[in-house]
Amino acid sequence: MENHFDLLSLDPVLVTAMLAKIIFVIAVCLGVVPVLVWFERRGAAWMQGRVGPNRVGPFGLLQPLADVIKFFLKEDFVPEKSDRFFYYLAPMVALLAPLGALTVIPFGSFVQFGDYQIPLQIAKVDTGVIFILAFAGLEVYPIIVAGWASNNKYSVLGALRGSSQIVSYEIAMGLSLLSILLVYGTFDPQAMVEYQSGTLAGFLPKWGVFLNPIGAFIFWISTFAETNRLPFDLPEGEAEIVAGYHLEYGSMKFALFFMAEYVAMIMASSLLATLFFGGYSLLPGMGSVVQILASAFGFGAAGTQNLTALFQFISLFSKVAFFMFVMIWIRWTLPRFRFDQLMDLGWKILFPLSLINILFVGCLVYFFKL
Amino acid sequence: MGTINISRKHSLKEKMYIIAILQGMVITLRRFIQGFFLRRHSTILYPEQKRDYSERFRGAHFISIDQNKTENCTACFLCETVCPAECIHIVAEERDDEQNTYGVKKEKKPLSFDIDALRCCFCGFCEEACPKDAIKLSRNYEMAVSTREEAIYDLDFLKREIKGRG
Repeated sequence: MENHFDLLSLDPVLVTAMLAKIIFVIAVCLGVVPVLVWFERRGAAWMQGRVGPNRVGPFGLLQPLADVIKFFLKEDFVPEKSDRFFYYLAPMVALLAPLGALTVIPFGSFVQFGDYQIPLQIAKVDTGVIFILAFAGLEVYPIIVAGWASNNKYSVLGALRGSSQIVSYEIAMGLSLLSILLVYGTFDPQAMVEYQSGTLAGFLPKWGVFLNPIGAFIFWISTFAETNRLPFDLPEGEAEIVAGYHLEYGSMKFALFFMAEYVAMIMASSLLATLFFGGYSLLPGMGSVVQILASAFGFGAAGTQNLTALFQFISLFSKVAFFMFVMIWIRWTLPRFRFDQLMDLGWKILFPLSLINILFVGCLVYFFKL
Repeated sequence: MGTINISRKHSLKEKMYIIAILQGMVITLRRFIQGFFLRRHSTILYPEQKRDYSERFRGAHFISIDQNKTENCTACFLCETVCPAECIHIVAEERDDEQNTYGVKKEKKPLSFDIDALRCCFCGFCEEACPKDAIKLSRNYEMAVSTREEAIYDLDFLKREIKGRG
């Protein structure tokens, strides 16, 4: 395993770079969340012919700030018969799990800094996809723990619904992931993106979605279930279970759950972009833009590489932004699935479909050396 | 009676749902573009924009006045009698002979004319009963007050000048 961060010989440049990357990723994520919350509310309003929050700040952009102030000023309420330890643990895990999964998602190839090549990925783990899956799977636990620890029958119902939903989706998700792993032949996200950076048949970018469209589709559907977004947000339900697993949570503890949902959205979208939509590989046409800019400003090899890295981040960010938009778009289009319909879809349609897809892709890879 | 089964067989196209989902997404996207780019919305931004209610809307009460700013009310008690909510309280008085240029037309006048707006049900019977067209309901619907006392309208408040129907 190539180890670029050795604890025994601490290189100040590498340590600084590592800290800078960590701060950068967290800052981008938590900076995007308020914008996303704002967009969710205003986008919903636009789709429904309303105006949405437009009073606080220009275009209502400061509305999330006002919400945060409100959350801080609310009473920090703890139910009497709750399990204190798990009650406090759940919102923390809820936010930390998706943030942890983001550590292995590469947001650029590398930055040339003097003699150092700093890869734009916090943790370079060879089994990156397994790592992401583990942390993504961890997102279920806060739901179950929160529902159980708050000692409320509606919360428990929400938790049960959430856990059964995940049970019926993780299999299809894992199998669709397996089918694309057959194509790439690696677990390392950076290597996957490298694989996808070429072109297919001359004009199409060699993205996983063109190599394995059914797998991409199943994975895309599963990300909705994974992040508990509509139409698969069964853990919540205003009409039938009051609120869901976070019923007994108030003030900032609820805000943590709320933020966790959006961080999970960012995580799922970047995972989808990395696995199936070329990750940080430049969008079609951007390569020539980089060339033109580099020659116009007379950049050397290092400068061109850094400029490429910047554009790679922009490509990944625009892909992620697009998927997050689609998530919000779907949320305000489709109603919530009924419980049995969801089970039907997971077990009777997506599970067999992903199995057939694995067989199909396996044959393609074996016979045509895709 | 018995149960009537209205379910039907769904075709494969209907069972796929994908076409229907795509149709729905096109609709929401169209609405999104309308809202985002064209700023088209049905919301009335209340304090700045106000809903134009019909001419027949029954809002805050007022007592009409003539050109000498004298109330048209002659304290005939018809509105108090007809009021189903019993929210009108009138104390009548005779107009002084020197001040009364109207002769027998306005011999009587209200000393006090209180309307308890918290009891009022805005049925408009008082308006119908009034022989002098004195008490009327305006189109003003912004009647929020911060104390109960403010919601009891006295004669000075009711005699405010209102153009048309307000």
